[in-house]
Amino acid sequence: MLTILFDGVAYGMLLFILAVGLAVTMGLMNFINLAHGAFAMAGGYITVLLMQRLNVPFLVCLPLAFLGSALLGGVLERTLYRPLYHKSHLDQVLFSIGLVFMAVASVDYFVGSTQQIMQLPEWLKGRTEIGEGALMLGMGHYRLFIIAVCAALTVGLQYVLTKTRFGSRLRASVDDQRVAAGMGINVNIVFLSTFAFGSGLAGLGGALGAEVLGLDPSFPLKFMIYFLIVVAVGGTSSITGPLLAALLLGIADVAGKYYIPKLGAFIVYSLMIVILIWRPQGLFVRKGGK
Amino acid sequence: MQKRHLLRASAAAAMALATGLAVLPASAQDNVFKIGLILPMTGQQATTGRQIEAAARLYMAQNGDTVAGKKVQLIVKDDTSLPDVTRRMAQELVVNEKVNVLAGMGITPSAMATAPLATQSKTPLVVMAAATSSITEASPYVVRTSFTLPQVSVALADWAPKNGIKKVVTLVSDYGPGIDAEKYFNQRLAFNGGQVTEALRVPLRNPDFAPFLQKVRDAKPDALFVFVPSGAGAAVMKQFLERGLDKAGIKLIATGDVTDDDQLNDMGDGALGVVTSHHYSAAHPSPQNKKFVEAFEKANKGLRPNFMAVGGYDGMRVIYEALKTTKGAGGGDALLAAMKGQVFESPRGKVFIDAQTRDIVQDVYLRKVERVNGQLYNVEFDMIKDVKDPGKTK
Repeated sequence: MLTILFDGVAYGMLLFILAVGLAVTMGLMNFINLAHGAFAMAGGYITVLLMQRLNVPFLVCLPLAFLGSALLGGVLERTLYRPLYHKSHLDQVLFSIGLVFMAVASVDYFVGSTQQIMQLPEWLKGRTEIGEGALMLGMGHYRLFIIAVCAALTVGLQYVLTKTRFGSRLRASVDDQRVAAGMGINVNIVFLSTFAFGSGLAGLGGALGAEVLGLDPSFPLKFMIYFLIVVAVGGTSSITGPLLAALLLGIADVAGKYYIPKLGAFIVYSLMIVILIWRPQGLFVRKGGK
Repeated sequence: MQKRHLLRASAAAAMALATGLAVLPASAQDNVFKIGLILPMTGQQATTGRQIEAAARLYMAQNGDTVAGKKVQLIVKDDTSLPDVTRRMAQELVVNEKVNVLAGMGITPSAMATAPLATQSKTPLVVMAAATSSITEASPYVVRTSFTLPQVSVALADWAPKNGIKKVVTLVSDYGPGIDAEKYFNQRLAFNGGQVTEALRVPLRNPDFAPFLQKVRDAKPDALFVFVPSGAGAAVMKQFLERGLDKAGIKLIATGDVTDDDQLNDMGDGALGVVTSHHYSAAHPSPQNKKFVEAFEKANKGLRPNFMAVGGYDGMRVIYEALKTTKGAGGGDALLAAMKGQVFESPRGKVFIDAQTRDIVQDVYLRKVERVNGQLYNVEFDMIKDVKDPGKTK
């Protein structure tokens, strides 16, 4: 069924945008940031509130959601995250999960706990259908849009990390902070901008996902498992790993719910367990690499 | 020195005792009638709590807080929809506060967790929201003023075959109320000559409805019957349209949770024409309801009352009337007896607390979403009178 495949790809792409920021902070910066979903939620709420209260067009909201969450990420990195870089992973987990609960409570307090409903522009609401019968491919325009945004992001991200000067500085800072600093790289700035960028990506994911996944204050908790699965299965040393993992999980989830609805909810988890038994470091991770 | 100390201490103790007794006179305690209202005020079900609390306070504001010579005191507790928290709070309310009535209960597990406490302490438990059929069977002290899912699902299964809907796919959230809705809709539709071709259950925390709706589309039924908790309703409706199910000739029918009055306006024009069955709509055309909606919106900054609010409002009425009948005397058993069999005019229409089952018997309406004065409402177009919960065996 092509439609199911298409829906799965779109869902996977969405998971990818939501999780890729986590792959960046967790994999490259070696910080266990469970509060990643809170930044995604921030992006979602920025979009919804701008659209509902100020009638800002959807396409303008997306970059604003990115910038808003990136700014939030930047501020928090400077104030709260930086002192924890050298602490143990347990401290980082406790700190970031605390941050999640605070985010949930404050959104609940300020915005209320109802599901936020947003109205997409007309041109994103439609659907195009090609073909007949079993081979029919039905594509929701909004899902096409998600796929396009996501593909562009992946290419851009891959380029920045592997081909640009900033990419090499980042990789150098991660591998050995002292040497990198000695070489004249301002490690603090590199980390700050990386963290802000990762949070911005999460925010964009949240903004794009609010329509499909729904948005309420429990968002970071609800999707934390999905982010972690994507990053765990995909490995954290590259962008392609999480991408392929997200696609695999998205398709498996959608197809599983379609063909075997009774088992639907468990397919993602079973798949994760099988992959992790087979490759504990995640798919697409070189042996010996971090 | 020692003696003086001792004297002073004993004098102080005596004074403390005396003032203590003066501050806590037994007579003042006797004159207070306490209602422990346990609701989810934060978290996913917070709208339920907000609506019910607002309605309960409205009832008290309209009817005064002194009944049969007793001062009615409302103690609101937030259980965040966690059943073990509900249970703990109910225990505190019964043991420490000595409440006369327990009330509220946002979700089925909360009501189920509290029911044994109601039985042990012989405290009436007025369920104002939770809607699984079996709740009233969990304790002889449970009285319900909301509704049950079998009650409203069956009405839709009666209506559908008469309106050309024979083949139906059901889509429900996979938990108590959803399974109730699926089971009774299925049974009644089969009885009426229709057929449920496929029964889909969606995990309660489901991120994406796409695969399920695609399956519905490929099954090509006459209609899709949906029950999901009110927050998720909008998502189902949107994706129903996005996937072009309406263009494929599939009708969307649902219980009223999907077009919850609290959220209906935000759902946009996509909701227009959706047929649902429920016991309450803010647009119910009775003078009593008009007054209720007006007063509610005035007291709560334009918040529209939904079916949760009416459950809370009527729940307060049931408690007040029971207190009047017992004249403020008698314990939980007397109150319970006075709650059973109450017949009264609610904003939703005439209702009756069945003395046998302690569950509410009420009219169930069929409604269609329409635009009225620029706002979306569930406009009633048909009704089935005096629907008793079909989930009860006796």
